Amino acid sequence: MSMKLNSLFSDSYVDISQYRDQHFKGNRYEQEKLLKQSCTLYVGNLSFYTTEEQVHELFSKSGDVKRIIIGLDKVKKTACGFCFVEYYTRADAEHALRFVNGTRLDDRIIRTDWDAGFKEGRQFGRGKSGGQVRDEYRQDYDPARGGYGKLVQKP
Amino acid sequence: MSRRRHSDESDAGSQPHKRRRTSEPIEIEDRLESLICRVGEKSTSSLESNLEGLAGVLEADLPNYKNKILRILCAVARLLPEKLPVYTTLVGLLNARNYNFGGEFVEAMIRQLKETLKSNLYSEAVYLVRFLSDLVNCHVIAAPSMVAMFENFVSVTQEEDIPQVRSDWYVYAVLSSLPWVGKELYEKKDVEMDRLLNQIEGYLKRRQKTHVPMLQVWTAEKPHPQEEYLDCLWAQVQKLKKDRWQERHILRPYIAFDSVLCEALQHNLPPFTPPAHSDDAVYPMPHVVFRMFDYTDAPEGPVMPGSHSVERFVIEENLHCIIKSHWRERKTCAAQLLSYPGKNKIPLNYHIVEVIFGELFQLPGPPHIDVMYTALLIELCKLQPGSLPQVLAQATEMMYMRLDTMNTTCVDRLINWFSHHLSNFQFRWSWDDWADCLTQDIEKPKPKFVKEVLEKCMRLSYHQRIVDIVPPSFSALIPANPVCSYKYGEEADSSLPGFAMTTIVGNAIKNRASNEEILIVLKDVPNPNQDDDDDEGDGFNPLKIEVFLQTLLHLAAKSSSHSFSALAKFHEVLKTLTDSDEGKLHILRVLYDFWRNHPQMISVLVDKLIRTQIVDCAAVANWIFSPEMAHDFTRFYVWEILHSTIRKMNKHVQKIQKELDEAKVKLEKQQNKKQPDSGDEEDMEKNSEDEEGQLEEQIERLQEKVESAQSEQKNLFLVIFQRFIMLLTEHLVRCETSGVDINTTWYKNCIERLQQIFLMHHVIIQQYMGTLENLLFTAELDHHILTVYQQFCALQL
Repeated sequence: MSMKLNSLFSDSYVDISQYRDQHFKGNRYEQEKLLKQSCTLYVGNLSFYTTEEQVHELFSKSGDVKRIIIGLDKVKKTACGFCFVEYYTRADAEHALRFVNGTRLDDRIIRTDWDAGFKEGRQFGRGKSGGQVRDEYRQDYDPARGGYGKLVQKP
Repeated sequence: MSRRRHSDESDAGSQPHKRRRTSEPIEIEDRLESLICRVGEKSTSSLESNLEGLAGVLEADLPNYKNKILRILCAVARLLPEKLPVYTTLVGLLNARNYNFGGEFVEAMIRQLKETLKSNLYSEAVYLVRFLSDLVNCHVIAAPSMVAMFENFVSVTQEEDIPQVRSDWYVYAVLSSLPWVGKELYEKKDVEMDRLLNQIEGYLKRRQKTHVPMLQVWTAEKPHPQEEYLDCLWAQVQKLKKDRWQERHILRPYIAFDSVLCEALQHNLPPFTPPAHSDDAVYPMPHVVFRMFDYTDAPEGPVMPGSHSVERFVIEENLHCIIKSHWRERKTCAAQLLSYPGKNKIPLNYHIVEVIFGELFQLPGPPHIDVMYTALLIELCKLQPGSLPQVLAQATEMMYMRLDTMNTTCVDRLINWFSHHLSNFQFRWSWDDWADCLTQDIEKPKPKFVKEVLEKCMRLSYHQRIVDIVPPSFSALIPANPVCSYKYGEEADSSLPGFAMTTIVGNAIKNRASNEEILIVLKDVPNPNQDDDDDEGDGFNPLKIEVFLQTLLHLAAKSSSHSFSALAKFHEVLKTLTDSDEGKLHILRVLYDFWRNHPQMISVLVDKLIRTQIVDCAAVANWIFSPEMAHDFTRFYVWEILHSTIRKMNKHVQKIQKELDEAKVKLEKQQNKKQPDSGDEEDMEKNSEDEEGQLEEQIERLQEKVESAQSEQKNLFLVIFQRFIMLLTEHLVRCETSGVDINTTWYKNCIERLQQIFLMHHVIIQQYMGTLENLLFTAELDHHILTVYQQFCALQL
């Protein structure tokens, strides 16, 4: 009896994306396996000034948050615009992907995606200057993310 | 890759002969599913021609794919109720071309109906009944046999010793099908239908309605009465009957095919006996129809159908069904809602907003997670930026005006929705329009609402932002700046007891002292509670807790993560200091004292203290009801903490229960493995015996754990209810003796918070009804309080 009608009731917001962490220790298959059972989300496009408490308030709307790890500039050790949000259950994380992803925090549209799981070291930006890679190359002026991109800033 | 990302099947039925004959059967099955699911969607051809085409395709595929087609059609009947007439027409066309198929489909539907009823899937069962009834209109099912089924349904009202919700459902299934099929049934069997409706009327008159006040969003009757759902539906059916069953809203594609369909032979429904009541049947809870708009509210354009018109029922049903189908994908959901067929004849935006808030405010709880509705409304605003935001603003204004009579639980949800919504739109709002709340007592519903909204807005942003977005006149309602209050700071009175110790403890912590070392340092803190000197220093010492925790929290005040690390690092110290009930209560007091301007911090730290077992749930409950917290008793954050605490307790019990169930399953498997075998029988037996023994031991331990957890859970509810009873009784007695009206703002809030405990945790509480009734909710209780309990009991009668 219980036909699911796959072609109709899609749940695409919770699908894993195309992004794969290049620094992941393991092969693609292993990474995908972890992504498919993960309770952790990567959250991007945060303002540098967004606090852990703000993230907690927003992401608690989809379920109980286990922990939040704010992404840091590797050099300055200050927030650099991303974070990880870990839930107790995957179902709660799925709700975040459906209803928080693509909405605003601190007036910015934030993006969330599955993460294979936090490991020490992953809280740091991977850009050459210490922040995120995207802030190395971007051309626009974003006051909430340190102004101009690093490449533009350098003389 | 995922089949969910459907390929470009844009020719649903328009080119029926373009089949690749070399395709795999599974591809053809997928294509059939896709064709059937998507008929009725936007297309360059008319619906009629698409249906005609699809019927042709399916008829040709019947020899090879009959079962698959049967299953797909049964599934769409159950899962796509918003497209009901499209599919009944399709079935009608198929039946006209192939009588046997029609018969098999009806049989499959009946089987499916029986299964859904057995599986407690009552909303889906209603859709199936409705589908069957619309098949009468498509000449698939003979009207008399449908009437007979309805008669069997209504006879459930004569059953004895059944929960009212059982007979309610069967009556609902009949009444809610009548907008579709009432006309046809009356034309064929008016005498029987009249009898049926009389029976229903009699039932509706005698059924209990004790539960209704507990489910109403507003207590006021004006401007729109919050009607019980069966009463409303009955009024709508009565009006429809008066209008001689003329119903003009439902899309009826089968009318265009009347000449074909009326040539078809009809089938009789087999006699259908409603499955008997069983104890594990879970019938749907009653609900109240949410209304906030009427024809006076939409300024221009089409008029909103009246509250007792059947059109209103059908529109609302269809909108609810669309949300049910698409809630997981908010963009699709919004698009589907906005492309509702027949939208040009109704003020669609108003209906959508009303239905969404109706779900959000539904008691006991919304059908879907609260945040979904916020996200959905945002998508709707994006798709209709010129019209929907205005309707939403109008709705918000209306709800603000009626806060005085709104149920507290619903106000909570309104606060959460509004603040989250504003945070997506730069907090833009015409606060000055609400200046009337500034002249009211700050505990009154309107200023209270604004205050709580601003607090929530601040949590999503920061203090200065809130100061900037409201007019200066609103400053009294702005939340406190969320900074900590360190008792032993530089400006503190150095003669405070323990002041000197805080520096020593602070330094010890900064120098990475261990738990043991800290405890040794703390030995020097005198105990204000004890005057004798046989004190080993191990008993409850409030000053020790104060000195240590204030210092620790102060050092870790930078962020919640810092505080979590601190609590984790000194877990041992905290456990030792709070070994007694008084200790647990005191740690909560100190925490509150330190973070009293930052309720969010209190909330997350209480959560951490429970999860690390430094305090237990009952301690939190006792703290919330303690006299020291009386001034914050009506604040939203306090109830968020209490409900979160109860939920943690419930999840804990569930978790251990699950472990126990899994262990039991493992044991069963182990026992079944014992087969007489060749080979090392003795060794194998011994090994499996050992394993069995271990499992049995584990099961025993888990069983004890479950019992202990359930006992803790029951105790938690007892504590909470007891405290409510004490507080409320005090108030009632005081009012009575001084001749004052009991209905103060505080009282309304308190009694509705009591209701809220029942509503939000009704599944768990139902397990402990016996104890509750014997110990607490006895006949001696003041009737104001007892009524809440009785209303709750009436929800599943």
